[in-house]
Amino acid sequence: MTRVRIIPRLDIKGPNLIKGIHLEGLRVIGDPQVFSSRYYEGGADELLYVDVVASLYGRNSLHETIRQVADNVFVPMTVAGGIRSVDDVRQILRSGADKVAVNTAAVQRPELLREIAETFGSQCMVLSVEAKQVASGRWEAYTDNGRERSGREVVEWVKQATSLGIGEVLLTSVDREGTRKGFDIELVQAVETATNVPVIASGGMGTIEHLEEVVRVGKADAIAMADILHYDRMSLPDVRLAATAAGMDIRRA
Amino acid sequence: MSKFVTIVDYGIGNILSVRRALEHVGAEVALADDAAVIARADYLVLPGVGAFRDGMEGLVRQGAAEAVVAHATAGKPMLGICLGAQMLMSTGEEFGAHAGLDIIPGRVVQIPATGADGVPHKLPYVGWADIAEARPGSFAGTPLATFAAGSAVYLVHSFHIEPARDEDRIAVYEYNGATVTAAIRRDNVIGMQFHPEKSGPVGLHILRSFLGS
Repeated sequence: MTRVRIIPRLDIKGPNLIKGIHLEGLRVIGDPQVFSSRYYEGGADELLYVDVVASLYGRNSLHETIRQVADNVFVPMTVAGGIRSVDDVRQILRSGADKVAVNTAAVQRPELLREIAETFGSQCMVLSVEAKQVASGRWEAYTDNGRERSGREVVEWVKQATSLGIGEVLLTSVDREGTRKGFDIELVQAVETATNVPVIASGGMGTIEHLEEVVRVGKADAIAMADILHYDRMSLPDVRLAATAAGMDIRRA
Repeated sequence: MSKFVTIVDYGIGNILSVRRALEHVGAEVALADDAAVIARADYLVLPGVGAFRDGMEGLVRQGAAEAVVAHATAGKPMLGICLGAQMLMSTGEEFGAHAGLDIIPGRVVQIPATGADGVPHKLPYVGWADIAEARPGSFAGTPLATFAAGSAVYLVHSFHIEPARDEDRIAVYEYNGATVTAAIRRDNVIGMQFHPEKSGPVGLHILRSFLGS
């Protein structure tokens, strides 16, 4: 086991940090810079930025946000949303990102995953999956921030993407996202079993017990969390302390 | 008094992060993509992510490889990070055997595919690890000398360094009981498999130490 990574997830729309429920009904939370600094100082293992309207407009507009954040944040940063080509990746890495997470463009053309992995290394290539349950033990991958069906079954899609050289999976449960009801443990388990690359579980974190369950039962390698931190229902240092107290292997920041 | 640091820019890797981190600890940073500029460097940093062969091809194509070796041979301080550390070695075995800069003798090989218990584990290794001295006293006289025990650094890699001489390995971490190289050093040249620029305050502290400040 590697250490469980705690990753604040910042969904961004224009200049604002926002938060929704099931990736919809977006509310403005505040300035991404302020929240980024707070999370870095609070011991975030990484930061995750998602441009939630990028696919709609066909481009990622996080370059400026990332460029500014990179002045003060010295942990890895992953950027997701609207990344459609090797060139897009190069630009966002140049802005200060370390990894990219790709969903829509990879669903349309899976070979893009291989191209990115071969150009920048697998460690840079995160597959983003937005999963909705369609039957017991069966999930469909959605695109465009949970708006469009892809027709791809999640487990099969992750297997295919793994063979194309991805380095990680960012797995968002659209059903649980923003609900505070806990992670979709079965989903995380199914994907963890299907791939040999690390899985970042996202969507549903409401309590420390949820975190514990998705690590112990779901075997998640990393946890992305938003709601609980953005609304300050728990501070990041408190999350880390509580997780450590619950026996999880968390970095001592 | 600012230290002047030159980062080798050979077309791959996220140079910006390394630059920002060095500037944050007070360095004046220049990027260099040709031999003449590299030759004037006081402190040289060789960054890099990606595959060994691509990295070496980039260095050679840029005409930077010889200048990097000359800097090391001249006894001036030099830091390789991640792939930049791996390229200091004689050979790399990622996607076939490829010649490295041969500044420090040794090979770059895959991380053991299983833990000590023989059970396969995930590769690449992605995440934070507590690094420890490779043997008692191996941090002494290196930028890791004041490294706080129990501090973690950030690593992302599938391959690691096996120096030909054991004394060149200065830091290791345990991955399910398998020992993985975290840093090497030979005289004025240090290689860090981890990313000091992405390891939070601990990493910044290590960079500060590299600059002797």
